Amino acid sequence: MKCWDPRIEEIPKEELHRLQYRLLKTLVYKLYSLSDFYHRRMKEAGVHPDDIRTLEDVQKLPFMYKSDLRDHYPDRLFTVPQEELVRYHVSSGTTGKPTVVGYTQRDIENWTNSLARALVSCGLGRGDVIQVSYGYGLFTGGLGLHYGAERIGATVIPTSTGNTERQIELMMDLKATAIACTPSYLLHIGEVAEKMGVSIKNDTRLRAAILGAEPWSERMRNRIQEWLGVKAYDIYGTSELYGPLFTECHEQQGIHIWGDLALVEIIDPETNAPLPAGERGELTMTVLQKEALPIVRFRIGDITTMRDDVCACGRTHPRITRIEGRVDDMLIIRGINVFPSQIEHTLMGIPEVGREFQIVVDRKAELDSLLVRVELTHEAFSDRIKDLMNIRKKVAERLQSALLVNAEVELVEPGTLPRFEGKAKRVVDRRKL
Amino acid sequence: MNQIEHYLIKQISIFSENRPGRLAAIAQAMQEERINILAFSIAEADGFGVVRALVDHSERAYHKLTDMGFMVSFTDVIAVRMRDEPGGLYEIARILGDANINIEYAYAYTGKDAAVLILRVNNARDAIATLLKRNVTLMESSFFK
Repeated sequence: MKCWDPRIEEIPKEELHRLQYRLLKTLVYKLYSLSDFYHRRMKEAGVHPDDIRTLEDVQKLPFMYKSDLRDHYPDRLFTVPQEELVRYHVSSGTTGKPTVVGYTQRDIENWTNSLARALVSCGLGRGDVIQVSYGYGLFTGGLGLHYGAERIGATVIPTSTGNTERQIELMMDLKATAIACTPSYLLHIGEVAEKMGVSIKNDTRLRAAILGAEPWSERMRNRIQEWLGVKAYDIYGTSELYGPLFTECHEQQGIHIWGDLALVEIIDPETNAPLPAGERGELTMTVLQKEALPIVRFRIGDITTMRDDVCACGRTHPRITRIEGRVDDMLIIRGINVFPSQIEHTLMGIPEVGREFQIVVDRKAELDSLLVRVELTHEAFSDRIKDLMNIRKKVAERLQSALLVNAEVELVEPGTLPRFEGKAKRVVDRRKL
Repeated sequence: MNQIEHYLIKQISIFSENRPGRLAAIAQAMQEERINILAFSIAEADGFGVVRALVDHSERAYHKLTDMGFMVSFTDVIAVRMRDEPGGLYEIARILGDANINIEYAYAYTGKDAAVLILRVNNARDAIATLLKRNVTLMESSFFK
């Protein structure tokens, strides 16, 4: 099957823009009358629903931030009574209070359909066996993928995270053809499989991996594809936007953002000005059909670029490139902006070092220091100290030219850097201590 | 040619971070496997090092250390018996220097009844042939088993 819903996925751009405008207008009128929060924010910004006369007028609306959700914990931004809700999800409160999101039946439907379109665009469908190795529970990943996979008629193995040996046994016994998990967990699965004497490439039917919930790089994709013999697709979403809900199609040229569900803007995080297609900035979304927890001009904090040309697959909706980092992950080292993803990208191009790394930022004598710890690969290990020093020098030089910041490099024993089953945490910033 | 192979000795080289307890972990593993360390050296750089050792059961040592997560490789070295008197080292170094063979590193083994120099050179086979031609005594690999 080429498209799950060709009528909407291949809609002419003009028509999509008209649809988006109609949905935005309806949303704004509804929020102005239903939501104290939005009413007050719009008044403060001096904008009335009547001022929304074109799609571009979305720029008149005030931004919404993660802190707004935390400040209105748990459900004070909801616009439907509790009896209309069919589910809650709760995001991990890594930086303070957790945030709660709620769903009406129709919200779940839109979420599920969004993923159904996405999974079909990755070439999956009835007959596929999809292993969902995202966490099930309060996190949106597991249940979201589960519903989407069932909707397209695939068979789901709801393994959730953890117990990796068992995941690999089930993958073989139940002949999984696809897996959905974080990229770092798939690397972990690959390593554990090798220890068990299992080659994911040769001994399983796995051919697709739907990977997300943390930033990863194009080079990491190449490594995964080559090593594990799967096509690796990027998936995107956050709990505020239902959960994971957009993926790349089989062309692997950016993540399709279904325009009938979400309106994308890219915002300059410094000036708050909208940026044109092709420029890097902060992803900002308005979810057009959300009932329980409306989301308007939500500053997600993820750094990406948008493209608005029609994809080779025929789908007309805008696309975003892979997430390059978080506005708040950005490290400022001696005044220079450094994204951990740039470091990952650089290391992935150096065959002598392994897939894991750790970044340690510190302050020595009033000066920021950047230490990158990497594992040597078995192939690169040499008995000669000089060879090892050269590898270290090469890594330091590549990092220096990519980051424009001097990085110290430490070679560590294989298997000693921390491995992650969920979201990877590779940065240790000692300056805050 | 076949004779030359007898003099190639398999040294194990282990990558180790430069922090307390790493050498103890390696040594303990050798004890557990009842492997005898005959000669040994540590080469250190800033932050890491390479432990090099001649052991009586190199395959077993390799597997044990690899299973423990260490990065281990085999390196061919040669063992040269030196005259235990002034000029003994000079003689060996001069022969190799004259033959344009580079010594990359060396360490000593003072076993039972001999002073033995363990050498890693850029071309082990040439070094063996050169030294044998000059009547220098080399230890066969079986000597270390």
